Amino acid sequence: MGSRVEILNEGGFRSDGRRQYELREVTIDLSQQGQADGAAVITHGLTRVMVSVFGPREAKSRSQTIHDRANINVEVAISPFSAGERRKRSRGDKRILEMAATIKSTFEPVVQTTLYPRSQIDVFVQVLQQDGGLLQGCINATTLALVNAGIPLLDFVCAVSGGVYSTSPMLDLTLLEENDLPNLTVAVMPKTGKSTLVTMETRLHVDRFEEIFKLVCSASHALHQEMKDAVRVRTTSLVTAMGTTQSNVGGDTMMDES
Amino acid sequence: MPEITIRKRPQAEAVITQRKFFRKTARGKVIKVLRERYLRTDVSCGVQHCSACSQLDHFSEGSSTSAELPQFGDKSHSSYPDGHFVLPDTNIFLAQMDLLESSLFRAPIIVLQTVMEEIRHRSLPLFNRLKSLIHGDEKKIWVFYNEFRSETAVVREEEETPNDRNDRGIRKATSWYNEHIQTHCRATTSTRSKSRSSPPAPTVVLITNDVANRRKAEKEKTPCSSLRRYIEGAKDATQLMDLLAATGVDEDDEGKEDREIQPTEAEAARKEVYEEHLPASILLAGIKAKTLHQGHFNANQYNYLESTVSVPAFQKPVLIIGRMNMNRAVQGDMVCIEVFPESEWRAPGDEVVERDATLKDDDAGDEEDEEGEEMEDDVIERERRKSRLEAKQEEERLKRQQERQPTGRVIGIIKRNWRPVVCHIDPITLPPALASGTSTSRGLTPLLAIPASPLLPRIRIRTRQAPSLIGQKLLVAIDTWPINKRNPEGHLVRRLGAVGDKDTEQESLMLEFGVVYAPFGKRVMECLPEEDDKWVVPPKPRPDHGDVDVKAKTIWRDREDLRDMIICSIDPPGCQDIDDALHARHLPNGNIEAGVHIADVSNFVLPDTPMDTEAASRGTTVYLVDKRVDMLPALLGTNLCSLRPHVERLAFSAIWELTPDADIVNVRFTKSVIASKAAFTYEEAQIRKDDPHLQDELTTGIRLLNSLAIKLKAKRMAAGALNLASPEVKIHLDSAESSDPIDVEQKELRETNSLVEEFMLLANVSVAQKIQETFPQTAVLRRHMPPPKGNFEKLQDILMKRKGLSLDVSSSGSLAASLDLCLDPSEPAFNTLVRIMATRCMLSAEYFCSGSVSRDTFGHYGLASPIYTHFTSPIRRYADVLAHRQLAAAIGYTTLHPSLHSAQNVDRILDVVNRRHRMAQMASRASVEFYVGLALKQRGEAPDEAGVQEEAFVIRTFRNGVGVFVNKLGIEGIVMFKRDATNFDADNYTISIPDSRGTGNVDIGVFDKVTVRIEVEKDKNTQRGKVKMTLVRPVDSSAL
Repeated sequence: MGSRVEILNEGGFRSDGRRQYELREVTIDLSQQGQADGAAVITHGLTRVMVSVFGPREAKSRSQTIHDRANINVEVAISPFSAGERRKRSRGDKRILEMAATIKSTFEPVVQTTLYPRSQIDVFVQVLQQDGGLLQGCINATTLALVNAGIPLLDFVCAVSGGVYSTSPMLDLTLLEENDLPNLTVAVMPKTGKSTLVTMETRLHVDRFEEIFKLVCSASHALHQEMKDAVRVRTTSLVTAMGTTQSNVGGDTMMDES
Repeated sequence: MPEITIRKRPQAEAVITQRKFFRKTARGKVIKVLRERYLRTDVSCGVQHCSACSQLDHFSEGSSTSAELPQFGDKSHSSYPDGHFVLPDTNIFLAQMDLLESSLFRAPIIVLQTVMEEIRHRSLPLFNRLKSLIHGDEKKIWVFYNEFRSETAVVREEEETPNDRNDRGIRKATSWYNEHIQTHCRATTSTRSKSRSSPPAPTVVLITNDVANRRKAEKEKTPCSSLRRYIEGAKDATQLMDLLAATGVDEDDEGKEDREIQPTEAEAARKEVYEEHLPASILLAGIKAKTLHQGHFNANQYNYLESTVSVPAFQKPVLIIGRMNMNRAVQGDMVCIEVFPESEWRAPGDEVVERDATLKDDDAGDEEDEEGEEMEDDVIERERRKSRLEAKQEEERLKRQQERQPTGRVIGIIKRNWRPVVCHIDPITLPPALASGTSTSRGLTPLLAIPASPLLPRIRIRTRQAPSLIGQKLLVAIDTWPINKRNPEGHLVRRLGAVGDKDTEQESLMLEFGVVYAPFGKRVMECLPEEDDKWVVPPKPRPDHGDVDVKAKTIWRDREDLRDMIICSIDPPGCQDIDDALHARHLPNGNIEAGVHIADVSNFVLPDTPMDTEAASRGTTVYLVDKRVDMLPALLGTNLCSLRPHVERLAFSAIWELTPDADIVNVRFTKSVIASKAAFTYEEAQIRKDDPHLQDELTTGIRLLNSLAIKLKAKRMAAGALNLASPEVKIHLDSAESSDPIDVEQKELRETNSLVEEFMLLANVSVAQKIQETFPQTAVLRRHMPPPKGNFEKLQDILMKRKGLSLDVSSSGSLAASLDLCLDPSEPAFNTLVRIMATRCMLSAEYFCSGSVSRDTFGHYGLASPIYTHFTSPIRRYADVLAHRQLAAAIGYTTLHPSLHSAQNVDRILDVVNRRHRMAQMASRASVEFYVGLALKQRGEAPDEAGVQEEAFVIRTFRNGVGVFVNKLGIEGIVMFKRDATNFDADNYTISIPDSRGTGNVDIGVFDKVTVRIEVEKDKNTQRGKVKMTLVRPVDSSAL
């Protein structure tokens, strides 16, 4: 397979016409989804993830209750039609569980759970289409859904994947690139520049790591801008719909803070 | 930090920006694949001063092509006086690469991405050639990524084949280009000035040989042309015309179209000479089912009607006898063969059948259908004669049942291995009118080009310049081998010069062995230090000093100062690229410190630079008799890296502490700065060592080294190392200018040769251990596989029958021991001869990446070392440069470049280096042979002698001749007899021939010493291997 497609050709183009440091198209839909308190659909190129957030609400069982903060419960489902090959995954699938755990641990330090003791926040991640960068899509969608649900966050969490082809780093890998290149996914809180997640399933040389890591971190700022704009547009339209004058100010300040 | 952006992909245009297709997996599952395509407007057209694209340059920092197309294109073509660019389609590149590569083809070329990708899928070698053409400096080529530019991207329509889609894309890009140049690339200055009418813009011409495509293009008003018609209007049309390959030209001009059909029909009607090759799917299925076999086709250099294919299923190579069974396979092709049932197996022929001698008369217009009729009889007659010859051989083969070998025939070609071959044209083959030079016909003349190598078939070419090609060396490419043609068809690539001219021969030799001999490009030269030959090692920064010279600091970082060491180098006379130097001294504790200092090439050749890439593709420096083709620019090789005496140079040192018995106590490696105290030749060093009056430090150092080397060698021999021999001779050149060889003599080996050798081996082994330890996955090592037992069978048999000696080949040690016993008291050279013959039974050593083969195959059979690498000649071998980099990383001097982390990558580099290495060896051997030939010719021309007479050993016997090896000259030859006069005993390797008085017979067998007369046939084309030998003693064979 690898020999059939040039990952990065000599003109500096990748197989889909992007250059090294270009992210795929991002579209964000923050409209209401059914009963959910907050929902978001994000696409990175041909990867599409929908996240619905419920809560904070009372915990279902005693065992899931934490006395001083809210419990974040993440459930991931991958639609069988999301990939080229139709494949059903059970909910107990190890990979899915791992992804859920990753998302949970990424958001635990960001969501201000202490404001809601003894309650539970449910995050349901539904993968609709996948073409590389699955984790980054899930995390970005979760951020947006949480924001949409009005759950207080310390900061946005923006995730971007990056890889390296021989010596040239590249951002936001498609499935094709992901299969061929060593890659990592980093989730960053753009305001503080702290990262809440760095994950890597392939072998990447130590010397290359720093370069890619820095690149991915700065890429997350570009993504942050995109997400912020989407939230602003959504909020503005909501505010206009409500017809109050005051909230216009409120919407903006909220944005500036985040 | 580069700018990071998010690309937008308009959803409304999803038809163009998204691609959907279905793929079937190996298991038979169908997978839907969805791919995106981001279309952009910032893909540059590459024309200089284009008002729309010139500011896009900053985008293309990642791209390596910077050579932009000249603003007005090329104006030399008669049909396009306003200038033009050519835009060839895929088939032009696939079939006519030679033409495009020619320096006479001057028009700037636009290569579309669509075309590039098609070529990549169709033929990787051609793709690589195209790539190097793009990277080269001499051509103006621009790659236009048309699939990513929004205006030129096309989607496959329903019912459209991928081919049609690509053709449409190419047409679209051509018309876009023309429009684009029209609007953006006019001379802006002139528009602004007084004259309103700007000069007409250059045209972009689509070059395609596909008639349908051309028709469509004409309908769309896109300028297009067939290649042939285009060439007709170009400058140097006649020369370029000859470069046109035979393939694809036929479907040429529309006017000819009707006529075209007839010859094809006529051809089909003609008797087919060969059987059709089977389709690839059947071959692959057969190979999988093990009913068919796959292997490389090896032509037999003694008999052109016989060849072998080694396949894993049989121990002995499979024999292919006769042209029909060879079925158009050419030396080196990967072929698929069918093996006959065992009852039809044959023994290999025991007769020399020379291609040129046998086929001398079936030439010229042979198979030329136009005037064919009356020749037909001729052909048949000849064919009959030839089949008689084949039939005769057939009988013989059946007789020798016991020697039978698996026999088969070629039924399909898996991969052709056709590269340009050096040929010449035998004047006899010319039609009489042309031969006499009276005809000035400009028509296409068919000619048979005779390759210099006896392994290749003759190639039919058509040319308009026939008379001027006689007596010239030509480079000819094979294009096709149609089923109804006895010989393959090809075309002329280039003429190299007159036959026999030294430069021509030298060049043809390099071409034949694929030696890259073009001067280094500009980008490579830019990688050299700015100071040029003024570069010196900067003074060592003193730690207490505040002023810091950054450069000095980086160079001296972690470098040991060994400038005071008494170091010297020992090399062959006239050596300019000195890459090793040595020292030895006594340590206070009674041990000895010995050091090997190797030129620190890796300090100058940094990974991922154009120089590095170039060196990797050259692989090795090639030494020809009067020429050295460098791997690295001469500034580095002979100056900055060369460890010349009395100059400070950077080095990579391996320093051992050895006991007086030459056991290693420890070893360390360090980058260093040295100043060699002297550069000796082997001879000087030897004399110095042997002179008891000299007691200076240098001399004692050499003596110390020598004493250690003797012990090291003894240890190596005890471990079972082989002492092999290869015929090595030295050519004395008259003077530097004329370089006419005046004499040939055998190389003399001195003690000091072995001194240097031992320490280089020691360094290589130590380094190999170190880098293997540190980088178990990717260490660059060298190994020599033990030879398969079967290889020795014949030699063992000969030795046993002829001399009563036996050879124990169970291990390298026992082989070494039994080789030592192969002595003939009356014949001191006999032992050498056996060693040479034994060497030929072995495999050749190769570089490999430690991660790619299993640990137990690391060993070096010849050196009897469990691990080995090449470290000591980085100036002339690329593998050594890699070893240097790995060793530098292993001692923590630098980090390892990422390219050396991937075993896959290292494997790829080493594949090239291995091939280059092999080719270089063959090239230098051929070069020596050529010069030996020249020397002989000169000697033979001396009036008092009737040719040169030399003593020779018989190394092979044939039914109609003997193969001899002339020890003194290091050459091999064949003495042919008329076969009827001889009596051949295959079992005892003897042949008996009637003596000159006709009274009795004389037996000659392998290992017999004979005297031969050696002549160089003057008009005989190649001069290489074309030395003619006749027996003088014991029997004068000139009458036979």
